[in-house]
Amino acid sequence: MESSHAGVSRHDRTKPLSDVALSSSAALVQATAAPPLLAGWGRVPEPGRELLGENLDALTRGAALSRGLGRSYGDSSLPAAPGDKVVGTRLANRILSFDEQTGILRGEAGVSLAELNRALLPRGWFTPVSPGTKFVTLGGMVASDVHGKNHHREGCFGAHVRALRVRLASDDVIEVGPEREPDLFYGSIGGMGLLGHILEVEVQLHRVACPWIWMESERVGDIEQFMLGLDRAAASWPMTMGWIDCLSSGPALGRGISMMGRWATPDEVGSLRAPSERTATLPFDLPNWALNRFSASAFNAVYFHRHPRSRQGQVVSPDTFFYPLDAVLEWNRAYGSRGFTQYQCVLPRAAGAPAVREFMTRLVRLGCASPLCVIKDCGPEGRGLLSFPLEGTSIAVDMAITPDIQRVVDGLNEFVIAAKGRIYLTKDRFTRADHFRAMEPRLPAFFAARDKWDPERRLRSAQSRRLFGDLP
Amino acid sequence: MKAVVLGGTSGMGRSLVQRLSERGDRVFLLGRDAQQLARSAADAQARNPEALAVGHAACDLEHPEQFAGALDAAEAALDGFDTVIVSAGLFATQDRLEEDVELTRRLVTVNYAHTLVFCEHARKRLLARGGGTLVVFTSVAGDRGRKPVAIYGSSKAGLSAYLEALDHKFQARGLTVVNVKPGFVKTSMTAGLKPPPFAGEPDGVARDVIRAIEEKRPIVYSPGIWSPVMLVIRSLPRFVMRRIGF
Repeated sequence: MESSHAGVSRHDRTKPLSDVALSSSAALVQATAAPPLLAGWGRVPEPGRELLGENLDALTRGAALSRGLGRSYGDSSLPAAPGDKVVGTRLANRILSFDEQTGILRGEAGVSLAELNRALLPRGWFTPVSPGTKFVTLGGMVASDVHGKNHHREGCFGAHVRALRVRLASDDVIEVGPEREPDLFYGSIGGMGLLGHILEVEVQLHRVACPWIWMESERVGDIEQFMLGLDRAAASWPMTMGWIDCLSSGPALGRGISMMGRWATPDEVGSLRAPSERTATLPFDLPNWALNRFSASAFNAVYFHRHPRSRQGQVVSPDTFFYPLDAVLEWNRAYGSRGFTQYQCVLPRAAGAPAVREFMTRLVRLGCASPLCVIKDCGPEGRGLLSFPLEGTSIAVDMAITPDIQRVVDGLNEFVIAAKGRIYLTKDRFTRADHFRAMEPRLPAFFAARDKWDPERRLRSAQSRRLFGDLP
Repeated sequence: MKAVVLGGTSGMGRSLVQRLSERGDRVFLLGRDAQQLARSAADAQARNPEALAVGHAACDLEHPEQFAGALDAAEAALDGFDTVIVSAGLFATQDRLEEDVELTRRLVTVNYAHTLVFCEHARKRLLARGGGTLVVFTSVAGDRGRKPVAIYGSSKAGLSAYLEALDHKFQARGLTVVNVKPGFVKTSMTAGLKPPPFAGEPDGVARDVIRAIEEKRPIVYSPGIWSPVMLVIRSLPRFVMRRIGF
């Protein structure tokens, strides 16, 4: 039993109540069962637990890592050692200020994008950059420097962050921005929480005319068409992306559906009403065999052919457009108890279409058997010291954990290194330290910032242990 | 809605304040910690579509002499209120309470006696204005005398009995009483414990409570699964309850 529940602390008094019976029976279960495990979205756990709380100022003292809603796929938000203090920020979810004139918002690190959308989208404000799920926190969006369908226009989330309040490894708290301690500021953007605990985020929101999206989509026959189409669409559309059938080969290699969107005008929307909050939950793990090469191929063929041959245009809700997978909560259970990972890389524009075709060919040959494969053209690299995107083509594909997953990731990484691309740490669980060093020329600057702000490497994660050799 | 909330700076009370504010309801916050009150007031204001200023006042369930003044402040700031929400209270495990009789005294005093006194103040003010809504968080722990919640649960059982009687007595005069019975909810209070199946999120409880207020439901279990679960627990014979650990 932890001391925080063993008695009534001063802080507990104004706390709402919950069922103590279950608390104690759950504690009993815990005392006798295996050590607690903590996992990311890919559900491959590490021993450890997260400490949830509302007061980050108090909680992050002496902590090794902060994590938000645990949507990073791999080990970014998992402890380097079972005893490391990992703070869960999601209960620290207060908006501290919002200026309706300027759109500048300051919030605690645990404010989720789902909440921001719920509170502010009806009032005409939206995050400048949205990842593919709204179940992420402000702190997580900064630490991963997330990108979205508008990367070619707006860059990453970090490009719109004005200031951060950070708890350092020394336990001091400081406010940083582009002009104040820029190495710490830009090191925190995309820095996977390794330079300091993000306590508060100040970000510039964007005004939208009405809370609906005009979306157009069309079938694309192969990978060259895909890249050409995305390139052309980038000029006229603020948001673009594509779904690729990564199991088709031969002349249909890289076929898929490209999607383009922009905020709709009031005329297009008419009298549409805001959709309800209804969601479904995947209530149990599917068996490990459920998602295999054949079921995935069948799914992909249906998904591809269901789309009409002609270009389609329609008004859709932002949830449908930005977060189609959020409609099924806990969809990560579809991969079964074995868990899964996502491989996401970006190949520089200089490497061109042949590199993307070659990458897709390898992917198909590996038969990674996943219906989820997404392509996106990225704009210029941001200023975050370890920010993922660079100008080129990003490809993300989900893969179930299989016995040869390490070999698969190694093989893809070797190709990405040769093409001078890089991978996205937020999705990664299997990249080798030497491979990461080979694809990341910016590492010395990041290490210099770590040497300055956390020379003893008190802040660490299972990922930093794997990639940077942080010792537990 | 113009609501006074005691305990709205954290946990389920916070989520409720956030959702009410987003709907455009006006809130006034009561609690112990001035700094937390100020931050939560800023949050409520930012979420309110009209960005109405949100007031707050000190009110500690261990100090009943503060109750009248705190409600006066709320009435002045809101120009009268129609809803009072109490989500504050004390919590401790049965083991801890059995070790510490003074803690037990404090807990049952706050959770039962002082909460009841606060509700009496609130009830009178609501009735004086022709009625209104009183929302009080109890717990599924109050539904049956049970080993792991012998003391805490009994404080909630007493409060539930009082709330039921309030409903019987004053419903016809326009008082709506909503007794919220949460099950295991993932708040900082339960942090570190392995959540049982059907563990709830504070935001989900807030959504259930708002629906219950709108539908004037006297009792709401959240997550809803606890309604049938507790129906079974209430009907178990004594010889079974003596044997099981639940």
